[in-house]
Amino acid sequence: MQWETVIGLEIHAQLATQSKIFSASSTQYGAAPNTQANAVDLGMPGVLPVLNREAVRMAVKFALATNAEIGKRNVFARKNYFYPDLPKGYQISQMSLPIVGSGKVSIEMDDGAVKEVGLTRAHLEEDAGKSVHEDFHDATGVDLNRAGTPLLEIVSEPDMRSAKEAVAYAKKIHSIVRYIEICDGNMQEGSFRCDANVSIRPVGESKLGTRSEIKNVNSFRFLERAINYEVERQIDILEAGGEVVQETRLYDADKDETRSMRSKEEANDYRYFPDPDLLPVEVEQELIDSIRNTLPELPDARRARFIAEHELSEYDAGVMTSDRYTADYFESVLENSAASPKLACSWISGELFSRLNKDGLELRASPIDTDRFSQLIARLHDNTISGKIAKEVLDKMWSSDDTADQVIDREGLRQISDSSEIEKMVDEVIASNPDQVAEYRSGKEKLLAFFVGQVMKASRGKANPGELNKLLQEKLKA
Amino acid sequence: MHTLSLAAMRTALDGGEFSSVELCQHFIDRIKQQNEQLNAFVCTTEEQALRDAREADQKRASGDISGALHGLPIAHKDIFCTDGVTTTCGSRMLQDFVPPYNATVVEKLKAAGAICLGKTNMDEFAMGSSNENSYFGAVRNPWDNNRVPGGSSGGSAAAVAGRLVPACTGTDTGGSIRQPAAFCGITGLKPTYGRVSRYGMIAFASSLDQGGPMATTAEDCALLLNEMAGFDERDSTSIERDKDDYVSSLGNSVKGIKVGLPRQYFDAGLDASIEAGLQQAIKELEKLGVEFIEIDLANQHLSVPAYYIVAPAECSSNLARFDGVRYGHRCDNPQDLEDLYKRSRAEGFGREVKRRILVGTYALSAGYYDAYYLKAQKIRSLISQDFSQAFEQVDFILGPTTPSPAFKIGEKTGDPVEMYLNDIFTIPANLAGLPGISVPCGEVQSDGASLPVGMQLIGNYFDEARLLNIAHQYQKVTDWHTRIPA
Repeated sequence: MQWETVIGLEIHAQLATQSKIFSASSTQYGAAPNTQANAVDLGMPGVLPVLNREAVRMAVKFALATNAEIGKRNVFARKNYFYPDLPKGYQISQMSLPIVGSGKVSIEMDDGAVKEVGLTRAHLEEDAGKSVHEDFHDATGVDLNRAGTPLLEIVSEPDMRSAKEAVAYAKKIHSIVRYIEICDGNMQEGSFRCDANVSIRPVGESKLGTRSEIKNVNSFRFLERAINYEVERQIDILEAGGEVVQETRLYDADKDETRSMRSKEEANDYRYFPDPDLLPVEVEQELIDSIRNTLPELPDARRARFIAEHELSEYDAGVMTSDRYTADYFESVLENSAASPKLACSWISGELFSRLNKDGLELRASPIDTDRFSQLIARLHDNTISGKIAKEVLDKMWSSDDTADQVIDREGLRQISDSSEIEKMVDEVIASNPDQVAEYRSGKEKLLAFFVGQVMKASRGKANPGELNKLLQEKLKA
Repeated sequence: MHTLSLAAMRTALDGGEFSSVELCQHFIDRIKQQNEQLNAFVCTTEEQALRDAREADQKRASGDISGALHGLPIAHKDIFCTDGVTTTCGSRMLQDFVPPYNATVVEKLKAAGAICLGKTNMDEFAMGSSNENSYFGAVRNPWDNNRVPGGSSGGSAAAVAGRLVPACTGTDTGGSIRQPAAFCGITGLKPTYGRVSRYGMIAFASSLDQGGPMATTAEDCALLLNEMAGFDERDSTSIERDKDDYVSSLGNSVKGIKVGLPRQYFDAGLDASIEAGLQQAIKELEKLGVEFIEIDLANQHLSVPAYYIVAPAECSSNLARFDGVRYGHRCDNPQDLEDLYKRSRAEGFGREVKRRILVGTYALSAGYYDAYYLKAQKIRSLISQDFSQAFEQVDFILGPTTPSPAFKIGEKTGDPVEMYLNDIFTIPANLAGLPGISVPCGEVQSDGASLPVGMQLIGNYFDEARLLNIAHQYQKVTDWHTRIPA
């Protein structure tokens, strides 16, 4: 039988506020256990939550970025369950009246196909703490630093039909939340987490199959692998005549498999009800308008502009807009170097990215800022140096604070474009290689590369390749 | 000294008749003599109180009297968190809990110069109408030691009535200030919901809980409320609105004020002795120029059932934090996490608290939410609408605080529903969020004991100043509030 995969994602994006969603504690990652948990975070008797308005602003920003409805009167609700890392015995979340209603985003697949994925809703909630099982003999430690960290839980419609689409969607949301600067997107630190609802059904069937929810996926690569594993598992069950059980499953990256965490029967009755400690949140039109004014150009719009204005290919435009910092970097280089967009793009995505990759760095942490990189590209553009020399210059800049001009001048790498100088070198090469000259002239034109190489060697790579080619061909013909 | 009102004590301190140290020592001695019998205090803070009193006297000597309650002794219901002082909420669960912070109310009264003599007994987590649900034992009514003082602020009411302290804080979720005030013959005010900060006040039912003053007179309640009221950025449900000066308006005339008498409050079921007290009070108020008209509060009969869904539902969630993990009672040798939860809570909570957690958990469960919680919220709206309509016609609503005078210890413990019906006249104001005050208005003889009767006045939102004004004017022409148990 042919099976169709149906996937919906729940993404938890940690909002980049300075303090927690209901207390003044810092949200900084990595502090010593329980040093960032005050009486409110600890759920002490009598203390009360006070909403951090910045979290509201960020959620509204997300709604505007995804053309989603805004819950102008949204309500916090308590989700009740017992767990040691949940200090109050309930999590403050939103249920029937979330801050963000339905919206949509479009995703682009590798083959260029564009698809729309519906957003069901997004709501604000507080994160729980962490149970620590290592380091404690016969006991569990609880670290409440993370308790009360603001999250935006973004729920999609079950619109994705493959693991690749799910990853493209997750990357799109990742890109949007980073573009609008509401989440740092750091998946290792848990700032951006995905849960996948996966089910399969026979092709042509309209009813959804029984789904399982995969939790604990902390990279795009794992998301793809976890979904693919889960789809295979479900196909195996159904084809063997079994039934898929509705359950929560954990992805184990080491074993590359999912395993059951709890079934539907074991699921809690969360007894949601409106939190009487917090007033309904009224989102005024004035606030929405002021946030709209701060909204940056979004990835889709910027990508379209890069194609139209900078004449980049769809692929290149996608790479240059994959995150806001890259797009800003690219445009800054364009502006400062006067180079063609194609040249700037290929040097950023090629030479710069490969060096960053090698050092395991993000562009944001690049040793070469836009000013220094722009100058390098400018020298390429005005033929001061060739591409080959530029790579050498970039290497020298990588480990120093020197500008491109400083390296070029100090090392004497300026390209030789003076034709009389190049002509002298060409003459010398022709004179000292009579055999090859004869072969060339008898029709072995491939030897041109040999002569180019000889002249380049003589010029220590500085000869202007265009000029050199032109002169060599003239002289060899004679 | 102890027969004076707080206001009179303040004048005496100002006039140098006695010092703060003498005043506080006098009450500490009275607590020592009588608390064993009354069980009104769960803890006293004698040493700190005397230190504070000495400091207050020194400041007074140097002319530094900044606060309106400078050097005056009070006590806090043990539901208010007090920095460094055990706060038990009447429960084994918090028997040894010492908060590292003060409730806003505690902070504000301290800033006004009040000196805390100790913490008063209460029904466990404020759940009860007789103070028999305290882990630290029942409180006795100073008028008749075989009777209950009411609850849940029974310790505060008994302490003030017995003149163990001139004034106390209390909290009122369904009548917990007004009902014990009526049973003990003192004056107690439940302010508008949101008028007094709930920060640091251990939550029972968050949408109903409200702190307020308990004292012998309306004037003293006004003095306290002046300090307690106000917006608190740490409580999102406290209201951003300027507070009135509750003291300066006490002397206003009440001539021409219209008071509604709800038919439903005077119907069958009201104890004859209570009705007699109310009729007498109505006559006194008429002499002051107050006009009375009959009104209807059609949905009053739904208030007790609605309350006993909403309050337990919120309590079931509010009390989830007492899990034995971070603070409070933890069972010995837990076998695993579930055992830790189950035994810590089974041992830490009393019967009534468990009953309400169970009822509330049920009411919020999947499949029952609409039928119970949502329906109760709708009834709540109906009850609020009844009041809104009434306040288009009248300034205040007058009725009984309780259906009967104080009952005997043990009399109603076997029947929770009968116990719950004790709050039938006080619960509506909580559901609507309105301010209400209970004022002594008579005495009845029962089994050889003289028992106080209380009347309740309910006002419109934020009308505490006028409520205290009318109560004060009434007390100027009556002496029920000055009577002291034998």
